Amino acid sequence: MTEISGNISIPTGYSRFGLMQYLVCLKGILIREGLRYLHQRERFISSLVRPLLWLFIFAAGFRQVLGVSIIPPYQTYVLYEVYITPGLCGMILLFSGMQSSLSMVYDREMGNMRTLLVSPFPRWFLLISKLLAGVAVSIVQVYAFLFIAWFWGVKAPPAGYLLTLPALFLAGMMLGALGMLLSSMIKQLENFAGIMNFVIFPMYFASSALYPLWRVQEASPLLYKICLLNPFTYAVELVRFAFYGKIEWMSFIVVCGFTLVFITGAIIAYDPSRGLVIKKQEGGNN
Amino acid sequence: MRHHMCLLAATVALPFLAQPSWANMVYVSNEKGNSVTVVDSQTMEVVKTIDVGQRPRGITISPDGKIVYVCASDDDTVQMIDTSTGEIIGSLPSGPDPELFTLSPDGKTLYIANEDDNLVTVIDVESKGVIAEIPVGVEPEGMGVSPDGKTIVNTSETTNMAHFIDTSTHEITDNVLVDSRPRYAQFKPDGSEVWVSAEIGGTVSVIDNKTRTVTHKITFEIQGLRSEQIQPVGIRISADGKKAYIALGPANRVAVVNTETYTVEKYVLVGQRVWQLAFMPDGKSIISTNGLSNDITFIDTETDEPIKSVTVGQLPWGVAVSPN
Repeated sequence: MTEISGNISIPTGYSRFGLMQYLVCLKGILIREGLRYLHQRERFISSLVRPLLWLFIFAAGFRQVLGVSIIPPYQTYVLYEVYITPGLCGMILLFSGMQSSLSMVYDREMGNMRTLLVSPFPRWFLLISKLLAGVAVSIVQVYAFLFIAWFWGVKAPPAGYLLTLPALFLAGMMLGALGMLLSSMIKQLENFAGIMNFVIFPMYFASSALYPLWRVQEASPLLYKICLLNPFTYAVELVRFAFYGKIEWMSFIVVCGFTLVFITGAIIAYDPSRGLVIKKQEGGNN
Repeated sequence: MRHHMCLLAATVALPFLAQPSWANMVYVSNEKGNSVTVVDSQTMEVVKTIDVGQRPRGITISPDGKIVYVCASDDDTVQMIDTSTGEIIGSLPSGPDPELFTLSPDGKTLYIANEDDNLVTVIDVESKGVIAEIPVGVEPEGMGVSPDGKTIVNTSETTNMAHFIDTSTHEITDNVLVDSRPRYAQFKPDGSEVWVSAEIGGTVSVIDNKTRTVTHKITFEIQGLRSEQIQPVGIRISADGKKAYIALGPANRVAVVNTETYTVEKYVLVGQRVWQLAFMPDGKSIISTNGLSNDITFIDTETDEPIKSVTVGQLPWGVAVSPN
């Protein structure tokens, strides 16, 4: 980031920046995020291993060799591995979104964030750029996972791999924005375990990622209602339908809505004049 | 004004008139629903449900596509459905409890397996008269006719035999022992082999039509399924003779078998308790009836991937597709 802020010579007011400058800034953030990802090889491997473990081990146990009942968007019987795959894509996006939130907290603790935040560009732009960078990285992870799953015999219609890209992007934005909002509330790096317990696991398990909702409803009507209130359910369904070239409008609206809410929340939270970060910093010593 | 009306009428009628010839009708007999469901193969949607006699099982269509024959097993009759109107236009004497039958390639003779009477009844379709009754093994079931119409093969469920019957003399010429509970017999399109499925035995025996001996035995193995759950029933062999499709009953799968190597190349997941199969006339897809899930599954024969499952009546049993 220092390089980029160095390039901008007269930071008298961001309204004067042209599109080019904005793009340069975005590029800088994207490259930084990409490099950070590439340099943390274990992160790349762990982001792949996690869903693959679910696919190879968890799904194997629940294989339901006789097929999962037909529910839209499926037109015929599918194996459990096929059912769980969109959920695992959602899982990658969810973990990745939370991981970005972790990196935000890390940046704040290490002081890197100051470099970002002193940039003369508007705060909202910086945050959205960061978000876009995070989503781009997580989409790469999703495709790497799908590539391996292909050899495991989990195949969607070929066009589905392209059609699902916008859905992955939207879902990634929503979950990334949620991570960003959460990061503004976390005081210290150590608190990330709390995110695991109170955000990632409940969101992942109380959704349609692992079981069709009709099955959840059979088991517990309350859990079914919780699943319906969980935005992650809609993110997964959006991705699932997109694989088969269909748009699930309800999911689309819910995901877009939550993305807006989370982004707005994060922008407010990171606003230096009234944000939560200020309050946190008053309390903390960073 | 009149001109406009004509135009309007033409516009309304056009979609019906312009119905492409490759939209074939799929006729499915629903054993428990006592009906025949008609499905449009192009839209893959149910067009019509025709009420028929009790316990309809075997179903076939005349070579010209005008008449559908259905075994109404519990009514001891074979019913004829006019495909243009969808109405039952008559019945054929079948003997008691007809389960499965086969129509001679010229469409003139019907060979019916009478499960309870250990007979194969031969019917002249035109005169609706019984030509012959051939005593066979106990509980005759599967019926296959050779492409030249000279031989029929009947399988008897309890005797565990495939009976080769000469259609000119109506006498059994050969008996071939196969595995337990043979269900279905299917000739290869070149007439060189007969494939016989054994439901309990879990195998398909390939019988050489010249020597009338079992030359190969195909076994099935699906990871995660007990062998008892694999019960081969319906068999269809592609027109080029290269691939055989075998319905595996409660295994919910159709096996795709290479007819040269006699090995299973793929198992296609379909609905529950898959029973019989039928090719589309162009051979590009094959349809399976899935009894317990009350649906049929269209399978693409190029990729051998299931395309779509369509809900039909209760306990779908047999399937026949109208020719082009």
